This record gives sequence, C-alpha cells and structure tokens, in this order.
Amino acid sequence: MSEKIIEVQHLSKHFGAFHAVKDVNFTVYKGDVFGFLGPNGAGKSTSIRCLLSLIQADRGEIKIFGQSLATNRSQILARTGSIIEKPDFYKYLSAYQNLAIFSRISGANVSRKEIEGMLDFVGLAGREQDKVAGFSHGMKQRLGIAQTLLHQPDLIILDEPTTGLDPQGIIDIRNLILRLRDEQGKTVLLSSHLLAEMELIANRMVIINKGKTLVEGEVAQLLNAEELVVQLEIDKAEEAKHWIANHLSNIELISSTENQLELAMDKSGVAELNKSLVAQGFNIYAIESKRKLEDYFIKMLKADVVE
Amino acid sequence: MLWNSVYNEFIKITAKPRSYLGLLAITVLVGVILFALKVDGKSMIAFVTSSFEQTLSFQGELLNGNLVAFIILQMLIIHIPLLVALVTGDLVSGEAASGTIRMLLTKPISRTQLLLSKFIAGAVYTFCLIIWLGIMAVIVGKLLFGSGDLMVLNSDGLVILQEQDVNWRYLGGFAVAFLALLTVSTLSICLSCFSNNSIGPIVLTMAIIILFTIIGTLDVKIFDSIRPFLFTTHMASWRSFFEEPLPKAEIIKSLIILLAHQVLLISMAVYHFNKKDITS
Repeated sequence: MSEKIIEVQHLSKHFGAFHAVKDVNFTVYKGDVFGFLGPNGAGKSTSIRCLLSLIQADRGEIKIFGQSLATNRSQILARTGSIIEKPDFYKYLSAYQNLAIFSRISGANVSRKEIEGMLDFVGLAGREQDKVAGFSHGMKQRLGIAQTLLHQPDLIILDEPTTGLDPQGIIDIRNLILRLRDEQGKTVLLSSHLLAEMELIANRMVIINKGKTLVEGEVAQLLNAEELVVQLEIDKAEEAKHWIANHLSNIELISSTENQLELAMDKSGVAELNKSLVAQGFNIYAIESKRKLEDYFIKMLKADVVE
Repeated sequence: MLWNSVYNEFIKITAKPRSYLGLLAITVLVGVILFALKVDGKSMIAFVTSSFEQTLSFQGELLNGNLVAFIILQMLIIHIPLLVALVTGDLVSGEAASGTIRMLLTKPISRTQLLLSKFIAGAVYTFCLIIWLGIMAVIVGKLLFGSGDLMVLNSDGLVILQEQDVNWRYLGGFAVAFLALLTVSTLSICLSCFSNNSIGPIVLTMAIIILFTIIGTLDVKIFDSIRPFLFTTHMASWRSFFEEPLPKAEIIKSLIILLAHQVLLISMAVYHFNKKDITS
C-alpha cells in the first residue's frame, strides 16, 4: 500500500442546529486522483474547507502528509494547492499581480519568470497585465489553476473545478489533472458533479450523503469493471424482454419501456445478446452503454434513503 | 511571511481608487479653508481679537501659517476618521465579501500574521493621511501666509506661542493625532473581522465615534465615570501641545488610553479571526 496523503477520521461539524458533517471518513493515497462525491448539501464543501482549515471541525482527526492538521497547518498548506468552489481574485489587479500576491504568502520563492511560465501553461500567455475584472469565468478558472500549481504543491484539492467551463475547458482540466498525476506524481482530491468526468479520471473515490461516508474504495472495484448497464433501443421490447429472461442467463433487467430495455450484464455478453436478438427477428436500432458511476451513485443514495 | 503579506496589503491599498479619496478629500478641504482664510481671514481674526483689544495690543501678522495650520487641524481632525475608516474598514470584510479571504487562508500564512499585516498596512495608510494633512496645513499654510507667533484661544484664555517654539509642538500634536486616528483604524479593522460586507464596519465605526463623542460632550453625571476612558475623549489631545505650560501628565494619560484601546481591539480581532469559520 502506498503512502497515505490524507487521512480523515470521524469528521464532524455543525453550524448552530444544522449538522453539516456528521461522520466523514476517507483515506487518500499518494498518486491518487480521488473523487469526492455527494449530492448537494451532503457536506462535501464543509469537509474540504475543514481539510484546508478554513473551517474548524468540532470532532474528528485530519492528518495530511502524516501530520495532524491541527498542529501543523502551515507546513501542510505549504505543500497543498487548492481551488474551493470558484477562484476569487482581486479584480482591480492584473493576472500577474494576483499570482504574485498569492505566491508571496505560499511559502515558496516564486520568480517572475515562473509566474509568467505558469500563465503560459494555463493558456493565459499575453494576458499577464490585463486586469482580472475583464476575465471570463473560464479564464478565472485557469488563473485559479495557475494559482494552485504555482508553488509546486504535492497535494491538489479541487472543489468543482469545471463549474461553468465549456466542453473544451472541461477536457483541458481533465487532461491537466491526469498530467499532474502521471508526469509529476501529484495527488489530487477532486470534487465534482460531473460523474462521467469523475469516472474517466478518478482511481479511488468516496461517496458521502447527509454528512456521512456511504462508501469508499477503488472506482474499478466499486463499479465492477466488467459489468455494464446496456440500453437497447428495439422494436417489440415487451416480447424481447420475455425472450431474454427465458433464453439468456447472467442478464438482469433493470427497466423497460415500449421500445427500450435497460439491462445489467457482463461486457462479454453484449455481442452474444445482439446476435441472438437479431437471429430471433428483433430489430435493434441502438445499443448504448450507460454511465455506470451515475447509476452507482444514484443506487447508493437510494439505498441510504431506504436505510 | 508577515512582511510579504504587508507588502501585498500595500499593493492592494495603492491599487484601489478609494484609497486616494482620503488624500483628495484632504487636498480639497484644506484648499477650501486656505482659500477662505486668504479671502476673509483678517476680518475673522479681527472679530476674535476685538474682545482683547482694550487690554492687549497685537503687533505683527496674527493670521500666519502657524495659526492657519492650527485652524485646519481643529476643523478637520473630526472628519479624518471617516477617511481612515473608508479604507481600513474594508480590509478584512471586503476580502470576505469578494471571496479572496478564502484564497488567502488556504496559504500557509497564519491568520494572526495575515491580520497583523492588515493592521500594519492600515497604520501606514493612516500615517500617510496625517503626513499629507501636515504638508497641506503647515507647509502650504506657511507658504501662503508666512510664519509668525501662534495665538491660541483655549479654555484658560489666550496663549501666545513664540514662532521658534511652535514647530516641535506641531510635531507632537501630529504624533498624538496619528495615534488617535490609529485607534480609529484599529477599531474599523476589528469590526471588519466580524463582518462579511464592506460597508457595515465603515458605518459602524462612524456610528461609534458619533456615539462616544455625544457621550463625551453631554454634561450628564452618569457618563462622568466612563468619559475619561472613551478614545474619542482623547482624540483632541493633540491640542495639549499648544498649551503653556505643557500638560505632560494629561498627554501621557491620553497616550496610554489610546494605546490600551489599540491593544484591546487588536487582541479581540486576532482572537475572533482565528476562531472564525470561513464560509464565504
């Protein structure tokens, strides 16, 4: 098992009568891109703010880089870069001045050249002297990433980094995160509502709901890499449903409509299913593999409601 | 890290247009007073001295740079707190409102250091204002009206101070005025720590100054015990430097009370800011 970068145990925080976080537990290992998932109001932002000591937890323990956050805040934050919700900057200052301000208190000695290099890296070359007031949301997000990476942190915490970005911006952020992990060995804790994105980049994840950890583990294990949710667009769906139930094993019917079937099955069985249905005279118009994390996420939340 | 943060605060203050409002306001206000005194100052002085003319004979130019500077200080020292609070009251709450405080506090600088850097930057800004007021009142006043003996009318009567005896008194007077304004700056930054909007602490600072000034001037017995401890009571202590003999004990008492206020307000601010959850 590799080195533990973040260890959170029994984290709890309330604001007056509202218990925002009740019992959150998770561990992030070195080199992880760790997905931090939960519906709105689950306690994600409060937990992340606790990790950065913006909010003081009522109970529980947070260890980062093996050190207690309560007693080693400065040393930990010197090795951490973050964006919480949205990056806010001094609008009356230029992009360069903003980065210079944050780098001066980051504990690292960052040169002018390095700041300019970082602006270039995030695609803001040539805009160094422009005031942030004139920046679009996407540009501010890029500047936020630059601010996060400027002091070469070992741990990067990104809370909804793709909010408000266009599709190309989302792809850029995804590629950037993967590059940071693969080329520089950074550890990334990522919170996002874009589950498809998360599925593409996270290797481990935790799902929290109502301030509690529901499940934590390897994404591939939790989602069972070989099991798919397949959506079939087919004529005579009702008839096909019965035929599948009577003739094919290892296929679980999730739902059906007049011309659509949703099935849980092994990846290896998809071709066989297609062949068999066509042979039986059914017309198949489309076969689509649905996003599994989305289903898993909803399944976990539903199970939590039932409990 | 502290001095890096102080440097950051200077950059922010100098980049904000509102920081120059104070300097502009002082320039305009002093300019208006200088113009009024240049045009009609002699008749004003004649009106004040008329009651003494039967017993005293005045020689030389009474309306000189020293008197003009004294009049300007007397008139403006009440209004400068607003100009100070306009910038310092925004130093923490403005960052909370814009979300930048969240960004700053995810950096390794301690909250105490960050707050102290804001107090230091606020003190330097206040110092700049008082220096500018000094330049406009004393230097420009002397350039326009020349130098001379200073005639001061206070509660004990008329005090005439020799021309060569005035400069050090202005230096002391401005130093005490700076400490008084520094207390205002400290108060507004302290209030700024308790708020998440920019305007609240500025308005509250002025409201406290007005309230304390009213308590200080109302001749009501119930306020007698608290009046000596209100910082507003000591905001006019700069005038003590223009009394003869110099009331050293009173000046020292004022300095102690102003400094005590500053220590108390900074301590309250540091305590609260360190405990504060950043939810903005």
